[in-house]
Amino acid sequence: MADRPFERWLYPTDDGLYCAPGDFHIDPYRPVARAVITHGHSDHARAGHNSVLATAETIAVMQTRLGLTCAGNLQKAPLGQEIRIGDVGVALHPAGHILGSAQVKLTHRGQTAVVSGDYKRRLDPTCTPFEVIPCDLFVTEATFGLPVFRHEPDAGEIAKLLASQRAFPERTHVVGVYGLGKCQRLIALLRSAGYDRTIWLHGALTSICDLYAALGVGLGALAHASVAQQSLAGEIVMCPPAALRDRWSRRLAEPVTCFASGWMRVRGRARQRGVELPLIISDHADWPELIQTIKDTGAQEVWVTHGREEALVHQLGLMGLNGRALALVGREDEAE
Amino acid sequence: MRHFAALLDRLGYTPGRTAKLRLMTAYFRATPDPDRGWALAALTDGLPFSFPVRRTLAALMDKRLDAELLRLSRDYVGDTAETVALVWPEPAEVQAAPRLADVVAELALIDKGDLGARIEGWLDRLDATGRWALLKLLTGALRVGVSGRLAKTAVADLAHGNADQVEEIWHGLSPPYLSLFAWLEGRAEKPDISGAPVFRPLMLAHPLEDKDFEALDIEAIAAEWKWDGIRVQLAAGRGEARLYSRSGDDIGPSFPDVLGAVRFDGVLDGELLIKRGDDIAPFNDLQQRLNRKAVTGRMLAQYPAHIRLYDALMIGDEDLRGLAFTQRRRRLEEWFVANRPHAMDLSAVLTFTSKADLAAVWRTTRGIGIEGLMLKRRDSPYLPGRPKGHWWKWKRAALTVDCVLMYAQRGSGKRSSYYSDFTFGAWRETSDGSRTLVPVGKAYSGYTDAELVDLDRWIRTHTVSRFGPVRSVVAELVLEVAFDAIQRSPRHKSGVAMRFPRIHRIRWDKPAADAARLAEIEQLIDQS
Ligand SMILES: [Zn+2]
Ligand SMILES: [Zn+2]
Repeated sequence: MADRPFERWLYPTDDGLYCAPGDFHIDPYRPVARAVITHGHSDHARAGHNSVLATAETIAVMQTRLGLTCAGNLQKAPLGQEIRIGDVGVALHPAGHILGSAQVKLTHRGQTAVVSGDYKRRLDPTCTPFEVIPCDLFVTEATFGLPVFRHEPDAGEIAKLLASQRAFPERTHVVGVYGLGKCQRLIALLRSAGYDRTIWLHGALTSICDLYAALGVGLGALAHASVAQQSLAGEIVMCPPAALRDRWSRRLAEPVTCFASGWMRVRGRARQRGVELPLIISDHADWPELIQTIKDTGAQEVWVTHGREEALVHQLGLMGLNGRALALVGREDEAE
Repeated sequence: MRHFAALLDRLGYTPGRTAKLRLMTAYFRATPDPDRGWALAALTDGLPFSFPVRRTLAALMDKRLDAELLRLSRDYVGDTAETVALVWPEPAEVQAAPRLADVVAELALIDKGDLGARIEGWLDRLDATGRWALLKLLTGALRVGVSGRLAKTAVADLAHGNADQVEEIWHGLSPPYLSLFAWLEGRAEKPDISGAPVFRPLMLAHPLEDKDFEALDIEAIAAEWKWDGIRVQLAAGRGEARLYSRSGDDIGPSFPDVLGAVRFDGVLDGELLIKRGDDIAPFNDLQQRLNRKAVTGRMLAQYPAHIRLYDALMIGDEDLRGLAFTQRRRRLEEWFVANRPHAMDLSAVLTFTSKADLAAVWRTTRGIGIEGLMLKRRDSPYLPGRPKGHWWKWKRAALTVDCVLMYAQRGSGKRSSYYSDFTFGAWRETSDGSRTLVPVGKAYSGYTDAELVDLDRWIRTHTVSRFGPVRSVVAELVLEVAFDAIQRSPRHKSGVAMRFPRIHRIRWDKPAADAARLAEIEQLIDQS
């Protein structure tokens, strides 16, 4: 046990990562008594816990997606303020992943552990940027934990979309996006590229966009695509990925199917989805960001959760750090 | 290089023909000489080099990425060139990307020993898409789903012309096609290629419909067998001979036995076949000879190629295309008798006395293993493309069989939201009397748009399971499938393979139990 000093108080269980001296889970997979939730994505935030600690925005997201009574008790934690839970200090710090996303900093008997949740390092107009928290143990995600994943600069990808819209003005550009985070980020990026026309939304995307707007993230003119009877030729329409290749898109004018995701970096993945215009835009850290972040935290021990643990753990070895793959349930290939 | 890379990248993901054309035409319009000419070469006949780069890349990566990380990356991506393009370190400072024409010029003369250093230099100046395109270019396989014909159509679009005008002079030109672009942009006369063995667009036939047959003036028509090979054009002049496919691809290198025997100038139209003695071999044998870069002596002996001549476009430097079919045919016969060319013969002109007689001849085609008849108006000149009312192909009647729909797959492009590719099966009976369906074929066509909508709806409501883009459905729907022929095939579970299967009719009314048994289908196998 002596050579594994962290496992005495922080370890994976069947329900997810568990912090023993505080008696709570972080992003548990199944309903538990006490949960700390990093962000509102469904593989992290589930319904049915007795009590939940999260940022105010994450709680708002959970209530929008899972219902007002998705947990027995919802406690808002202001960013950067330590709360004592049992024998542990708990503080949430921004993760830069989506609105409200946070890392969990745990302090116990002189040891500091940071659980990253999902994160990215580049600037995102829809959320607070990632903050480096020095720590002894860093628990990192590794969705894009392979050297092939290097996300292109956002501005270039947005320019690709707008150039395609100019080249095919008689067709509808339908962009498949995840409803929470990616959708709003893409809209914000389009706005910062000077695109001020109405952006059309599939019905499944409107409630979270409304929530972002209510929480002060302006997204400009949006309209419900199902209300429009026309074919939306020349317009940009956003929909959940599943709607991209289904009947919903039929009435649109010869749709150019676009998909915004870090997976689009690899041709095989883009082909598999039948995407005509892949956009490499991700809400997760790419390979260089993962490595940079690990260095920045100064952690000597790094645990790797969902994603391609193998390559990152190997890389940690090359860097002379202790790496360990945490096979957490419910965190397979990140839908991104 | 940057624009060319972006073009290749986009083409590779674009399913639609029109969209591909638009992308290419826009590129040719915006890109200066000579880069665009090399791009055109890469998209059509290919660049005059290809390098095996695997070793070189492995050596370059050795200095840049841990071997285990490279292995994991390669396993994930599935392609070495793409992996290298993705993991190559971004340069510390952005440098101007190399120009396509410069890359091509250097590669044409490069010493093998310098290749690694040159590739390294270029990779450092390109972004991920550029690196990927460069490596594709080096290996000579672009694979972006563009045929030479489509690329030529795209350049022709610069002048709102058509691909035939480009084809007409194509083989007299060479990259980077400066004179072609100058002509298309109205800056120069049409390039003069007289006497060169260039491809002339073929004259093609329409399928014969019932109403065409009724309207046919039997006196004005000549008939020939429709041979089951590939249509070719043999062009010789200025001391060179070339063999072109129907679409103008130069397939000569695969057929030195035919080209080596050419001792004349002219342009001839015929069918490429494998012929042993007096026997025409099945189409499968011809396939052994197609798309082969290296032809062995054994291949030549085993699969001797032969051209059965239909028509003459030019003899010597005299253009015969304005003459009537009967006159051209007479000239072809005279020429043939005088020259006795090796590995060629004349396709027979059939005699018949009436329409009924002609129909009787047509009915014999399946029995004697011939694909059908060609009907040609005796007074037609040789016209490029598929002009209406001159030539008809009268394919032997299709075979039909009732099969049961088993799987459906989503289509691509415009059809991507529909289940439009259908796998169907027939009943196999076992000795204990039970029966199971075995897949016997796959069809993507033959139905109307309205039928596709009905099929799509039926499939969605009768799905048993889904795997990726494929659904398996309950064995309830009978499809009447038409096909041209069926052959034995050990590669298929059913042991048979259909040629050109398509959905002939949807038998909403027919119970699946009454669909065909595999044994019945096997009886349709061509014995010839
Ligand atoms: Zn997430
Ligand atoms: Zn996640």
